Amino acid sequence: MPRLLSFAMFFAIWWIAALFAGDAKLPPPPTVLGVMIAEARSGDLFFHLGATLARVTLAFTLAMALGAAIGYLMGRVRLADRLGDPWLILLLNLPALVVIVLAYIWAGLTEVAAIAAIAINKLPTAVVTLREGARALDAALDEMATVFALPRWSKFRHVVLPQLSPYIAAAARSGLSLVWKIVLVAELLGRPNGVGFEIGVAFQLFDIPLLLAYSLSFAAIVLLIETLLVQPFEARLTRWRPRAA
Amino acid sequence: MRLEVDIASKTFRSAAGEQHDVINGVAFALDAGEVGVLVGPSGCGKSTMLRILGGLDHDFQGRVSRPVDARIGFVFQEPRLLPWRSVEENVRLAAPRADDKKLSSLFEILELEAHRNHFPGELSLGLARRVALARAFAVEPELLILDEPLASLDIALANRLRDQIAMLMDGRSVITLLVTHDVDDAVRLGDRLILLSPRPARLLADLPIRTPRSARGEAETAAIKSEIMRWINGHPPRQSAS
Repeated sequence: MPRLLSFAMFFAIWWIAALFAGDAKLPPPPTVLGVMIAEARSGDLFFHLGATLARVTLAFTLAMALGAAIGYLMGRVRLADRLGDPWLILLLNLPALVVIVLAYIWAGLTEVAAIAAIAINKLPTAVVTLREGARALDAALDEMATVFALPRWSKFRHVVLPQLSPYIAAAARSGLSLVWKIVLVAELLGRPNGVGFEIGVAFQLFDIPLLLAYSLSFAAIVLLIETLLVQPFEARLTRWRPRAA
Repeated sequence: MRLEVDIASKTFRSAAGEQHDVINGVAFALDAGEVGVLVGPSGCGKSTMLRILGGLDHDFQGRVSRPVDARIGFVFQEPRLLPWRSVEENVRLAAPRADDKKLSSLFEILELEAHRNHFPGELSLGLARRVALARAFAVEPELLILDEPLASLDIALANRLRDQIAMLMDGRSVITLLVTHDVDDAVRLGDRLILLSPRPARLLADLPIRTPRSARGEAETAAIKSEIMRWINGHPPRQSAS
């Protein structure tokens, strides 16, 4: 209920702002909604949203899997941490734009280049978070698993993974928002489809309703994923914690 | 099956780089079905010894021979349960081969039936200890190690849990090693008392108790206790608290 109220407030503020700013600068909600419906009818909206979503999914999965593995290793093995740390700092501070432009120059304006560039941007934050998680693993539970000779897989699944899950959730959430932001830049610069591409078109035509229609549909999808996937997942993982009254 | 322990020395290096002797010559042996009790003042290196026997610490001088790949049941001083798994899952994870009937009887003896589906965070310390005990017994261990299983429980609860442990140990031919600084627990649960000096731990005495646990009367218990006290107090450097 407070969530709905929050939405209503957003639209109200938008509408009032539109009245003051005028149609040319900020079209009111109904105009944008009209464009959205038109784009949805023609199929363009779903085509571009689908393309972007596919890139996000691929790049996110790639970066999370690799980042989790590298982060775990760096958290557990001192040598790996020493070796990997300079690279990590370099990657963390490398501007997203540089990675994207270099990827396009080296690998051409291809899908592989786009996805790799997005994944590389997200990778270091996942590594850093998971490294913290691996460092914080409880030695006492580790000993318990050793004494009771838990098989490797069982130990990973029941002892290690639950301890890492808050870190994985944190990496996923911050990573998802990062990927959303970067994917549009990559599309704007070198892809013939996707939300970023459409926003580029809208920018060249100064078509503000089109721009808002795409960005808001995209935002709606992000919200849906957060409420339907990320939050229930987190709730399930933390169900063992005694609830605060 | 037999456990033979001969630890010549065990040292720790502190963060400041100083070397501390923890164990300085402890040797004993236990047969299957025998309950050995390590008795000594707090901080004398008993827990360190248990870690060595459980195979968690290999950095020591000496020799420990136990059956290869022996199943070990370990009750740590803190329960060390997985907070994200239910009571039953905690036990089953350690003992995947335990059948339902055996688990039920274990849970019944330890009065855990009602808590099967609770998470460890919802349990009191006494209950969590019992879950740790259930876990250790569920693996049908060949070597059972109990590190102060009754510490910091109130007397009534400690008595009940002690009886439950005794009940579980009867009729199992397990090599059991129990650590306590409570002489009372030692006399009631043990078949062989291994008395240790203050740190660095040395073997003071290895006293077998011939009478079976259930047949020990008040008089005999008192006699053994006074013998223990004589050994502990006869040791010059420091007086023991218990």
